[in-house]
Amino acid sequence: MSAAIKTKAIKSRKDLQNLREAMTKAYTSQTSKIIVCGGTGCVAGGSLKIYENLKAQMENNGLNVEVSLEKEPHDNSIGLKKSGCHGFCEMGPLVRIEPQGWLYTKVKVDDCNEIVEKTIKKGECVDRLAYRIGDEIYRKQEEIPFYKQQTRVVLEHCGRIDADSINEYIAIGGYEAFEKALFDMQPDDIVSEISLSMLRGRGGGGFPTGKKWEQVRRAKGERKYIVCNGDEGDPGAFMDRSIMEGDPHRMLEGMMIAGVAVGAQEGYIYVRAEYPLAVRRLMNAIAQAEELGLLGDDIMGSGFSFRIHIAKGAGAFVCGEGSALTASIEGKRGFPRVKPPRTTEHGLFDSPTVLNNVETFATVSQIISKGAKWYLSIGTPTSPGTKAFALTGNITNTGLIEVPMGTTLRKIIFDIGGGMRGDGEFKAVQIGGPSGACLTKDHLDLPLDFDTLKKIGAMIGSGGLVVMDSHTCMVEVARFFMHFTQNESCGKCVPCREGTKRMLEILERIVEGNGNEGDIELLEELSDTISNTALCGLGKSAPNPVVSTIKNFRDEYEAHVYQKKCPAGQCQKLKKIYIDPLTCKGCSACSRKCPVGAISGKIKEPFSIDLTKCIRCGSCMATCKFNAIKEA
Amino acid sequence: MPEAFDYSIVDEALAKCGAKQSSIIAILQTIQEHYHYLPEEVFPYLAAKLDMSEARIYSVATFYENFSLEKKGKYVIKFCDGTACHVRGSVPILERVRSELGVTAQKKTTDDQLFTIETVSCLGACGLAPVMTVNDEVHPAMTPDKAMEVIYSLKVKEDAR
Repeated sequence: MSAAIKTKAIKSRKDLQNLREAMTKAYTSQTSKIIVCGGTGCVAGGSLKIYENLKAQMENNGLNVEVSLEKEPHDNSIGLKKSGCHGFCEMGPLVRIEPQGWLYTKVKVDDCNEIVEKTIKKGECVDRLAYRIGDEIYRKQEEIPFYKQQTRVVLEHCGRIDADSINEYIAIGGYEAFEKALFDMQPDDIVSEISLSMLRGRGGGGFPTGKKWEQVRRAKGERKYIVCNGDEGDPGAFMDRSIMEGDPHRMLEGMMIAGVAVGAQEGYIYVRAEYPLAVRRLMNAIAQAEELGLLGDDIMGSGFSFRIHIAKGAGAFVCGEGSALTASIEGKRGFPRVKPPRTTEHGLFDSPTVLNNVETFATVSQIISKGAKWYLSIGTPTSPGTKAFALTGNITNTGLIEVPMGTTLRKIIFDIGGGMRGDGEFKAVQIGGPSGACLTKDHLDLPLDFDTLKKIGAMIGSGGLVVMDSHTCMVEVARFFMHFTQNESCGKCVPCREGTKRMLEILERIVEGNGNEGDIELLEELSDTISNTALCGLGKSAPNPVVSTIKNFRDEYEAHVYQKKCPAGQCQKLKKIYIDPLTCKGCSACSRKCPVGAISGKIKEPFSIDLTKCIRCGSCMATCKFNAIKEA
Repeated sequence: MPEAFDYSIVDEALAKCGAKQSSIIAILQTIQEHYHYLPEEVFPYLAAKLDMSEARIYSVATFYENFSLEKKGKYVIKFCDGTACHVRGSVPILERVRSELGVTAQKKTTDDQLFTIETVSCLGACGLAPVMTVNDEVHPAMTPDKAMEVIYSLKVKEDAR
């Protein structure tokens, strides 16, 4: 955490404007900025050590290094910052150099000396740290194909600003929209601006945000609440984590504007406990806003009071569902309830509640600042704006991306994502996590937006895109997701509790080679029943991965059930591993590596595998220097 | 006679989170941060302090994955089995570690109380897949060998004490 500068509390609009002016001056007077990525990914790669090392070296060299924005501008100072996630975790730890816009990738502590000597002292680029594709070198971050084709609206600050500094956020125009909403707009104007922008909930459903706010604004009740859903439980999704870590103030600002619009005085952020860094950054951001007087009683003398609390999740996927989430904040088990009444009428503590996800709140301030018209100019007519996606799986550039709604899968996977990783061919992409569906080659040119996907039985979900290649077995993928949902079923309603268990059993026996005739049809029947009768969204959508893989890859299911074969060669139990006696030199390396002692033999004679013991982990194959271990 | 349980940690948690029923999750989390599990003594104590039934507290503690009623090892190692990690081979790593440490999906903690092996559905660090964490410190791009190296180095450190 950067050292907090004691700034006097803001008591009026003028105070905020004065502070902004001072901070903008300080920010622009920094001749250059060194921004070290402090996101979860880069921290794991050692970025904090890089930050400390750069700081020490710059100080030892007598350079005027500034780790936090001072009130008085210092000429020729060099800003050193820890930012949030850049989204290009694969290439981390990342260091960005401004004003040149260079991006250094895979930086190590040993590189710090060269960065200080060359870049900071002489303004030269350390080319060996720049990003390359083949012989092509991309020094500037914006020129890298991964970034070049993105449109960063919600993520624009992620990786650019010090995520622990409210002053820096204010310096680049932060809390301007809140100021506008509080002093220049009537609550009805705010709601209608959001309605006009046609902003739709980024958590998956795509419900119009303006409509939701309108309902809560009109609802009767002494207390109203603003709740931010940061329970990003979909495996393979990390958009919300990156926003909370990289630009926490923007999310707070969105919640505060919502508070003004609907007349709420309290807000809650529900964050997964699996995101410790996001929790820390949010707590710090709230403390800073309280200290400045942007949160609390009678904010800037406006008469509006607002406070934000953090509720940490305790590891239940179902709590991403609205009514389960509010139950959890109330200190109960995360059970969903029957709807209606909706959360907008009976939400948190039985009061009218605005419940939106992180990305939605993070979009609000820009719509208020730049207007609905600007927002409508991005994306498609019915799904305007941008969407952040987490691109993972068998793809070259794993990471976080943001594109206008309506961008095609082809562009995302092949242009931004850099195509497939390894030698596999593109097979499918799972969109929307365990509640979503798979899209195939046939869908590559489909525009990704709420309505188009709904038409083909898929959904955007929160934005996880898991790319799968020809080595991935689709039946195993379906089993994986069913295992996840079954494990996370809260157990309240029978269709989900019992139905997902039975579906998982069937899928398990299919991938183990024990599938029976009629199993595929039984899966379809169960899917239909569960979708129609489960209580909440988690249950209703649980069969989606199974339905869509059967629809698109029925032949793979049939091969497992009837021929007991896995066409992708992934299902361990259907693999037969043997040692080719002609190639084996009898070195015993494999038998020493085998975790279950399934390989035996005499030294210098061919070894053999006991298939009854073998767990098909493949570690012997990776060990053998002579490629003697093969799959049948 | 078992030693009397020291409730000072529980009292601290109550003071920090607020002694009200809606704070029960935060209170349990704070207690668990200290003990790494929820000792059974805290249930009747909290029930009296918060004026709620022990059964309700127990229902919350068992509903949420993160709470543990069993003692955990000194090092809690979590393997991510989210989609991205799964696709890049997290299962063989987990199997190797479990078999070498002699633990299973049911028996999660080693006999010497040093390691607890758990799985977690997604840590949101998909760019680093497969991922493992040791007491919340993230280790990226694991392989069975790399994971065992980390574990052995911890073991060596402990043996040296």
